[in-house]
Amino acid sequence: MKVLLKLMKKSTIYAILLVGGVIMVIPFLYMISTALVPNLYVIQYPPQLFPQNASLDNFIKAWQANNFQAYFINSAFVAVTATLITVVFSAMAAYAFARFTFKGKEVIFFTFLVVMMVPTTILIIPQFLLMKFLGLRNSLPGLVLIYSATSISMSIFLLRGFFEQLPKELEEAALLDGAGYFTIFTQIMLPLSAPGIATVSIFSFMAFWDEFIMALTFIDDPAKRTLPIAIALFQGQHGTQWGLVFAASLIALIPIFLIFFSLQKHFVGGLTTGAVKG
Amino acid sequence: MKMSMRTQKKLIPYLFILPAFILFCVFMVYPLIKGLQISFYNWSVMPNNPSTFVGWDNYTRAFTDKIVGVAFKNTITYVLITVPGQMILAMLLAVLIHSVTKGKVFFRTIYYIPVVTSWVIVSLLFRYLFQSPHGVINYFLVDLFHLTKEAVPFLQQANTAMIPIMGLGIWKGIGWSMIIYLAALSTIPHELSEAAAIDGANAWQRFWKITLPLVSPTVLFTLVMLLIGGFNVFISVYLITNGGPMQQTEVYLSYLYHQTFGYLDFGYGAALSFMLAFLIVAASGLQMKFLRRPQELM
Repeated sequence: MKVLLKLMKKSTIYAILLVGGVIMVIPFLYMISTALVPNLYVIQYPPQLFPQNASLDNFIKAWQANNFQAYFINSAFVAVTATLITVVFSAMAAYAFARFTFKGKEVIFFTFLVVMMVPTTILIIPQFLLMKFLGLRNSLPGLVLIYSATSISMSIFLLRGFFEQLPKELEEAALLDGAGYFTIFTQIMLPLSAPGIATVSIFSFMAFWDEFIMALTFIDDPAKRTLPIAIALFQGQHGTQWGLVFAASLIALIPIFLIFFSLQKHFVGGLTTGAVKG
Repeated sequence: MKMSMRTQKKLIPYLFILPAFILFCVFMVYPLIKGLQISFYNWSVMPNNPSTFVGWDNYTRAFTDKIVGVAFKNTITYVLITVPGQMILAMLLAVLIHSVTKGKVFFRTIYYIPVVTSWVIVSLLFRYLFQSPHGVINYFLVDLFHLTKEAVPFLQQANTAMIPIMGLGIWKGIGWSMIIYLAALSTIPHELSEAAAIDGANAWQRFWKITLPLVSPTVLFTLVMLLIGGFNVFISVYLITNGGPMQQTEVYLSYLYHQTFGYLDFGYGAALSFMLAFLIVAASGLQMKFLRRPQELM
């Protein structure tokens, strides 16, 4: 009797988890199946999860249409460069905050902390004017700079936490051997905090790859668009051609899913360093 | 002339901070101050038209603006529904996943997929799913489960257009809180629950009296992060309804965006920005107060 009860309880739990899982996944399945139906100008009804005339036409069309490849390269350039700048600059600053005592340390740190809480969207107006003033409107390097700036304080906090947990003995030994601080930073701190660096890189890259509002506001030149903008406008232009829109979306999702499925443990690690501390 | 070792050592931390600090000051701190200034001006976008100082006018105007009222109400509704929605469902899932032995990683992954998918793409996807009369959701409602007689024109009427937007907010966000709760649950020693079970506490009591108090700092952390995220809702509204029909689904940020870049009313937009910033910083301050050690945030 008790065994039966336990079995029932267990199957209820799995049933709930499965139903929830289906709700999570089913929108994506409809996205994929819509993308697989070619030349769909009118919406199919009833919607089919397993289309009979499936083909990759939409994917080929999307990949070749409207500068899509250029947008893909733009996005890759912006996301990769901004991630590099974010990681290098924030690691350097985090090292200073974790290992040195100096005048003004608290004030500078506090400034980073306070501005981090301000939602970036409210800065969009003055940033727009600033970009215009600096001649960085319609410039991908401009986008890189502003992306790095928005994520730098969060990264400093994460990395400072990592650096503080590292044992000091190695650095002290290196100092005695006559190594400079820059050598210590590149040869000891960075390699030892590789998991932290990975986490910051992943989160930055994904945020930059998806960023919409700034790219929408600062970039007018069609040749300089990034993927999120291109896809949103693509939908505007191609109205009911959802197959094409979703094929383009799925191509844009490839890098994100590749990173997510190959580096999953860093997601959990990265999220929880912030939230859970015993 | 060579600097002494001591001066050199004093300079080093500043050199390490400098690149980040310059970038941060130019693109974050300066715009913050500049934005505050703009909010007190009738800001002119034309270079030969001077901007005029208007004092608090832009701020007082917000209080009499009917659409600000609508947008604020919609934002609050969004927050009040999606934040508890995400937290309760995420906690339920986390407790369930934590209790099973097989398939932990599988379920964790499934629920996390929407979190990593870009807002732009899932917003378009939800717009597609909630179409009427021939959208997928309407197919479920009318033909599959016979819940409604006719297709619901979700996006065409003001009182239903927020449904896809809030649904998306919950669907996309659950995984994030869930992962964090799972991590917190794994730090609770088994012995506590077991001892309580022996004393006759049922699962529900054990959850309320033992588990929840122990993970409450984590719950508070997610609460504040979700509040901030909720007040910042924008992309989904912009792409699903664009504030329509008749500006009735406008949320705070979408209205701000339309005012600023649609009507080029930068001064008013900046004032609206700072009013929202004030709310959000207040919410963050609340967390500081509850969590005695602010470093727990990081």
